[in-house]
Amino acid sequence: MRNRTTGVPVALLEVSGVAKTFGALRALDGVDLSVVSNSFHGLIGPNGSGKSTLLKAIAGDHFADNGRIRFDGRDITTMRPARRSRLGLSLKFQITAVLPELCVYDNVLLALQAHQSIWGLLRSNSRRALHGEISETLDRFQLLDRADDLAGELSHGQQQWLEIAMALTQRPKLLLLDEPTGGMSPEERRATGELLAPIRAHCAMVIVEHDLDFIKEICDRLTVMDNGRILDDGTVEEIERSAKVQEVYTTRV
Amino acid sequence: MALPGTPLRKRRKIMPILEVGVLVALLLVPLVTNDFHTIIASRMLLLAILAISFDLCWGYSGIMTFGQALFFGMAGYVSALLANKAGFVQIWGIVPVSMAVGLVSAFLIGWFLLLGRRTPTIIFVALGTLTASYAAERLVAGWQWIGAANGISVWDFLKVGPYEIEPGPTFYYIILGFLIACYVASRWIVRSQFGLVLAGMRQNEERLAFFGYRVQRFKALVFSFAGMITGLAGGLYAFHEGFIGPGNLGIVQSTYAVLYGLFGGVGTLLGPVLGVGAIEMIAFNLSDIDELKPYWPVVLGAIMLVVVTYRPTGIMGFLVSTRERIGTFGLIRDAGQDHAKPDDGGSGGTA
Ligand SMILES: Nc1ncnc2c1ncn2[C@@H]1O[C@H](COP(=O)(O)OP(=O)(O)OP(=O)(O)O)[C@@H](O)[C@H]1O
Ligand SMILES: [Mg+2]
Repeated sequence: MRNRTTGVPVALLEVSGVAKTFGALRALDGVDLSVVSNSFHGLIGPNGSGKSTLLKAIAGDHFADNGRIRFDGRDITTMRPARRSRLGLSLKFQITAVLPELCVYDNVLLALQAHQSIWGLLRSNSRRALHGEISETLDRFQLLDRADDLAGELSHGQQQWLEIAMALTQRPKLLLLDEPTGGMSPEERRATGELLAPIRAHCAMVIVEHDLDFIKEICDRLTVMDNGRILDDGTVEEIERSAKVQEVYTTRV
Repeated sequence: MALPGTPLRKRRKIMPILEVGVLVALLLVPLVTNDFHTIIASRMLLLAILAISFDLCWGYSGIMTFGQALFFGMAGYVSALLANKAGFVQIWGIVPVSMAVGLVSAFLIGWFLLLGRRTPTIIFVALGTLTASYAAERLVAGWQWIGAANGISVWDFLKVGPYEIEPGPTFYYIILGFLIACYVASRWIVRSQFGLVLAGMRQNEERLAFFGYRVQRFKALVFSFAGMITGLAGGLYAFHEGFIGPGNLGIVQSTYAVLYGLFGGVGTLLGPVLGVGAIEMIAFNLSDIDELKPYWPVVLGAIMLVVVTYRPTGIMGFLVSTRERIGTFGLIRDAGQDHAKPDDGGSGGTA
């Protein structure tokens, strides 16, 4: 999406001056972030720097105390999660939140049927039509042979994939991924990168990751957070050269 | 290569066997016992509808309702008043009116408790329903026009056209018919794609909201439906017992609904039916022993404690596996077979 007069890309997500405190702790302290359509945006920073808190504020898990969040031309700062989701925003939590006592197949069905009418759901009239897409999605994420197993029985890595699969079936415009490769083996990480790459065609992404190699490989831009503030922001190369970032990462890690 | 879908289809299903077994047993009751026992069994069937409605709320939707009897008793009062004050006793009128009373009152309370700006906690809903039930009981007990603490006796029999239905085998089969209808309708709901949403909600309500589901609306709907079938049972109860009193909409009756559900096993529709059977039969036999009578609540409490501690899934937990209890949603048979196709033929063909 471009602004007609200037030709400059218009941001899909625009976070400005967002603050969030937990008691005396300033988890977010005036954060600005802007994500363009179809771009992959990495969010890095030390533990406790506020990355998850920021994603949750964007998705609506909690509301910002201060500042504004605009998504796709609308102010969503105080919108409820269900509405944000309907606008095209999906979140994969840091702690996997698949539904453990439903089979893998039904987990995907649940994500896929979310925007249907209640009457349609009562009549179960879409399951047959959705079957192809569910199988295809499961196949892509190598979960087809686990379709009938309970999601809680999957390995940690497979649960992460299932969550990504579920988030993607909703065809979001923006996908927020909180540590998608946590607990994965190196091969699984590589596979995850390959699974995510093609979605750029229809979806932007904000990825929180501790694995810097993974994030450098997949992201266009990086934002570095520290202590609830933005430390630096730029392309992968710019961040790699950034003195501020070097300092934080070398003095504290 | 493993065939997806195979394990599920191969797994033996116990539930349908149980359902048919219980149905056959219920059909036989009037044939193998006398009228006295048939009448007691009829009352149990009405309570079974009450128990199912509790299960729909708590077992399927995570709404802790401690006031389910409110809808039961309200509909009972309305039909008793229709009979006594207006002389109206036709079943074709009593049934829809009872259902409407249950539906509307549950909808209003559900709206108030569930659809507020803030997401209600389980405790909030439990206290809210409990309070409503308690307040109604006190209100009714002090209201002379509807009999106050004495309740209302209904002298007329329910009528189907010109025929009077006395408590006994005919009334039993009519009630059984309604129980089956409620059961089938509930089953249709909980096994549909809508039921899948309920199942997900029960496990992680927040997550469902992030998918875009308006969770509280689903709850309010189930709550209203549950109120409706409870109302049906209450309306028939007033005629069957020839009496409705404050106790029928108060917290004791509401608590029984909870006990039936937990004892039989929530999260299955058959569980509450078995729960009513078990608890009422124990109560019936114990009440014959005079020395035990005062201790009945204690005995009941003790049994409950043991069951809930050792078998949170109730009686049904002994009979049916967890996997079968979770079950499947939507048009499973078709989809189950399609499942195997992409792997089978290797052709995929799903794009
Ligand atoms: N609900 C909460 N209540 C109180 N404090 C919280 C809450 N959520 C987060 N915090 C605190 O806010 C700070 C930022 O947490 P956040 O989870 O956003 O960090 P993070 O950058 O995601 O860290 P990590 O890399 O470890 O996931 C931390 O100090 C955390 O303890
Ligand atoms: Mg985090």
